[in-house]
Amino acid sequence: MSETGIGKPVRRREDIRFITGNGRYTADINRPGQVYAVFVRSPHAHARIRNIETTAAIAAPGVAGIFTGKDLEADRIGKLICGWMIHSKDGSPMNMGAHPALALDRVRYAGDHVAVVLADSVEQAKDAAELIAVDYEPLPAAVHLTEAQAASQPQIHEEAPNNTVYQWHLGDKAAVDAAFARAAHRTRLEFTNNRLIPNAIEPRAAVAEYDAASGGYTLYTTSQNPHVTRLVLSAFIGIAPENRLRVVAPDVGGGFGSKIFIYAEEVVCTWAARKIGRPVKWVADRSESFVADAHGRDHHTVAQAAMDAEGKILGLRVRTKANLGAYLSTFASSVPTYLYAPLLSGQYDVPAIYCEVDGVYTNTTPVDAYRGAGRPEATFVIERLVEVAAREMGIDPAEFRMRNFIRKFPHQTPVLSNYDVGNYPACMKVALESADHAGFAERKRTSTAKGKLRGLGFSAYIEACGIAPSTAIGALGAGVGLWESAEIRVNATGTVEVLTGTHAHGQGHETTLAQIVSERLGIPIDQVSVIHGDTDKVQMGMGTYGSRSAAVGGSAVVRALDKVVLKATRIAARCMEVPEDSVEFTDGVFSARGTNRTMKFAEVALQAYLAHKFDTAEIEPGLKESAFYDPTNFTFPSGVHIAEVEIDPETGNTRVERWTAVDDFGNLINPMIVEGQVHGGIAQGIGQALLERTVYDDTGQLLTASYMDYCMPRASDLPSFDVAMTNTPCPSNPLGVKGCGEAGAIAAPAALINAITNALGHEDIEMPATPGAVWRAVALRAEKRAAE
Amino acid sequence: MYAFEYVRPSTLSEAERALAAQPGAKLLAGGQSLIPALKLRLNRVPLLIDLSAITGLNRIERRGNLLAIGAMTTHAEVAASSVVKAAIPGLVHLAGNIGDPQVRNAGTIGGSLANNDPAADYPAAALALAAMLKTNRQEIAADNHFSGLFAGFAEDEILTEILFPIPRRFAYSKFPNPASRFALVGCAVAQAATGVRVVATGAGANGVFRVPELETALSASFSPDGLKRIVIDSSNLTSDIHGDAEYRAHLIGVMTKRAVDACLA
Ligand SMILES: Cc1cc2nc3c(=O)[nH]c(=O)nc-3n(C[C@H](O)[C@H](O)[C@H](O)COP(=O)(O)OP(=O)(O)OC[C@H]3O[C@@H](n4cnc5c(N)ncnc54)[C@H](O)[C@@H]3O)c2cc1C
Repeated sequence: MSETGIGKPVRRREDIRFITGNGRYTADINRPGQVYAVFVRSPHAHARIRNIETTAAIAAPGVAGIFTGKDLEADRIGKLICGWMIHSKDGSPMNMGAHPALALDRVRYAGDHVAVVLADSVEQAKDAAELIAVDYEPLPAAVHLTEAQAASQPQIHEEAPNNTVYQWHLGDKAAVDAAFARAAHRTRLEFTNNRLIPNAIEPRAAVAEYDAASGGYTLYTTSQNPHVTRLVLSAFIGIAPENRLRVVAPDVGGGFGSKIFIYAEEVVCTWAARKIGRPVKWVADRSESFVADAHGRDHHTVAQAAMDAEGKILGLRVRTKANLGAYLSTFASSVPTYLYAPLLSGQYDVPAIYCEVDGVYTNTTPVDAYRGAGRPEATFVIERLVEVAAREMGIDPAEFRMRNFIRKFPHQTPVLSNYDVGNYPACMKVALESADHAGFAERKRTSTAKGKLRGLGFSAYIEACGIAPSTAIGALGAGVGLWESAEIRVNATGTVEVLTGTHAHGQGHETTLAQIVSERLGIPIDQVSVIHGDTDKVQMGMGTYGSRSAAVGGSAVVRALDKVVLKATRIAARCMEVPEDSVEFTDGVFSARGTNRTMKFAEVALQAYLAHKFDTAEIEPGLKESAFYDPTNFTFPSGVHIAEVEIDPETGNTRVERWTAVDDFGNLINPMIVEGQVHGGIAQGIGQALLERTVYDDTGQLLTASYMDYCMPRASDLPSFDVAMTNTPCPSNPLGVKGCGEAGAIAAPAALINAITNALGHEDIEMPATPGAVWRAVALRAEKRAAE
Repeated sequence: MYAFEYVRPSTLSEAERALAAQPGAKLLAGGQSLIPALKLRLNRVPLLIDLSAITGLNRIERRGNLLAIGAMTTHAEVAASSVVKAAIPGLVHLAGNIGDPQVRNAGTIGGSLANNDPAADYPAAALALAAMLKTNRQEIAADNHFSGLFAGFAEDEILTEILFPIPRRFAYSKFPNPASRFALVGCAVAQAATGVRVVATGAGANGVFRVPELETALSASFSPDGLKRIVIDSSNLTSDIHGDAEYRAHLIGVMTKRAVDACLA
């Protein structure tokens, strides 16, 4: 067994370079003769562009070029795309408005791209940008999700009447109606799932250059999926054929979804590099990130549950409006539909579910996938519903969940998902113990004595990771396949390069993927390098999001390793002069059964390249294999999180006192990294539930456009997390892994709001539960008590 | 940022000359308010005069019944000062809770008072303690500086030192805005021979103000008990996305009570 193999808490190898400042991010890349791009952005949420006057700006010092949407159009540059076709209930395809990289005659959100200025320095570009006179005719804006579909609201795209992109549904309406008709108890909730601004630590950036000699482009960009970026830039935007387009995503400082998408900026920079014959560099500043990176979540939902007298769930009815912003971002359409409703069954055996979703345009920044993407929204719906249903029916919330847990697998839900495996009661039992649930009453008494309100809340979440197989998601409208590729290059000296189509931007793939190789080939991890993020090096890949990299990307590595081992075995047999089927490979050594002959992996690698001892007509020289792996199903990580809070009724301040997370991620490749992913996810979930509030005013101005007003979680906002695992290996991939990157963000908001409402004694609080909102809710509690 | 000239004089008189010579020039202290504003292109200045090389502007001294703190003293230096701790321990606590370590290591008391952000912490202490602000030209009572009548310093004026009369008791209690960590509401309470002062910050659009209802109650009896029944009028208080006026009015009561508790602890 390798010391650096699967299951070992190996320190993250990449951290040394990040911590010592030796990471190489897009902003660190400079090309000779480069110009700097600055985008002129709309100050209005909605306006017609009458004219763009650039004469003074073009004459400003250092300016190399100024371009608008007309220039892109003249060069037949394609519009930005949305890669998932959703059909409405009536079968019609979604109503998608055009999304030009630079606005043509209209701007549709504050921050929309109007023009680009290219100059010798950033400051010169900014100076020139201020000299551009854009003549706007401001239009009324449709800003608020719940109002935007009214006939009286301004139309954002001609193609989408009533600002409605689609009216989608899933499930069996009649069965749900019948379930509600015979229910002994019904629970109804109405709430907002708040809009979030992603805030990766590294702002987006792009450096593009054109090589006139080869006719090829290179784009360095902050991407979670460089191959998909290349595909879109070539097939849809029409920049260049794929073979003349190299996309490199070097070190990337966090993405959380916001760097999946193909944005206007990289399109414009790549196009402009050829146009002006100089490399073009753009680095967002933080203020720009706030308005120009796709936001997350933003749902308004009415959710209902029907129960029998014992608290068995009979049916769920969910009606959601999803804010998609002013344009459809790359995967926006799929997030509130196929990444959402299929998880509404949660961990429960629910016979009937019906979900309706309206996708809605508003004059706000586009909304797309953000850590969890649809699944946190689904978990919030079901976990708030069961908690409130239990409270209303006077059943202990843990017991209510136990009564409804799915116990037989595989389990077909009424909303597409087919859960392969899980053990929900086991998780709950461990969680109750770890959280010292039995001691809660005593802790509550202590808090009460101090004048504080204490509450405890559960979230028994489920998620779907490694979305697959490709045939299935293709049938649901996806414009891509979601397999993954890997290549294993064994060098003559026995060192190994792993080329993966996944992309690490904080997840630690350089460690975990190397651990898989270390385990399988029996070589130490320092003999393994992981290469990712460069379309010239890696054959093809779909990138990293949706907690897919281990389950799909890791499995592709396993498949490629299988081929390497197979070929190496054949070569070893030739070298040892024994039959192939007598050769075994364990712990890095090939041995011939019944003999004392052995060969180390590195010796076989050398022989593979010497090619002296086997017939090259029969076995090709070299040792390099690749694999494309398409899973047979999603994976279904699950878990139970328990939050405990203490509220100061005088100020409304909520302190998270305890956090227990018991997760089932299947097999773990590196438990330390998994735990870190859980920590980060919970932090973001706590951020959503307590702190992160996005506010647009009625004219569509983003009021929370800096850290002065948008509150990101800090260490001091978080308790020490108590993290445990119960692992049921996943049957649908060779590693038995499920995925852990989003779990915390999925589980946490419901647990926290359940804890807060438990402390308050009523359900009237929205996310984020800011001190001001909680203070009001405490006052409401007093009023309710007085009324009783 | 727009381009600007930059000088770093080593004496106060050099700084004064540079300031007088260039209309629109700005003094640079810790840069924690000024630099972000410049970066966002909210300000355009022809010349920045960096005060950090002038010796003697960050001295902390006890002079009889006064605590003197140089204008260029950083928040971190105040928070770590044994002289401040012995004289007015509540100031140590206040300075130690401004922003984050980076801000505290760069930001200065002079910059904070000159800048007079409506949610800043130091102005509340200066007014509650009836401090004197010493400039290169005059001494200004905090009462005047923060009365809303006196709109900051003159163009060529440099704050050099702040003189705090040492009170019997002083404490500052802040409810931070969760995002910025500036005061959503902060209350400074001082009990001195001249009387009791209660000053609120973060709650008024024009900056800090005294709260007469609470001062009267605490003058009658310096204890938290008397404060409970007092309802603060919210009609002139700030309402914004972080808290409406009613919430802020309520917090003035709560933070004052906590400051009184701290005074008596
Ligand atoms: C992230 C962050 C968090 C913060 N949190 C808080 C907080 O919790 N509480 C709080 O109170 N503050 C907070 N601040 C503000 C901080 O305390 C600043 O340090 C302070 O407001 C300004 O001091 P400075 O030394 O940085 O001044 P500068 O930014 O250099 O200057 C500010 C202004 O004062 C003028 N000025 C500076 N020195 C003098 C002088 N000697 N004479 C005359 N004019 C002068 C300058 O010309 C300028 O106009 C925060 C700032 C940041 C960036």
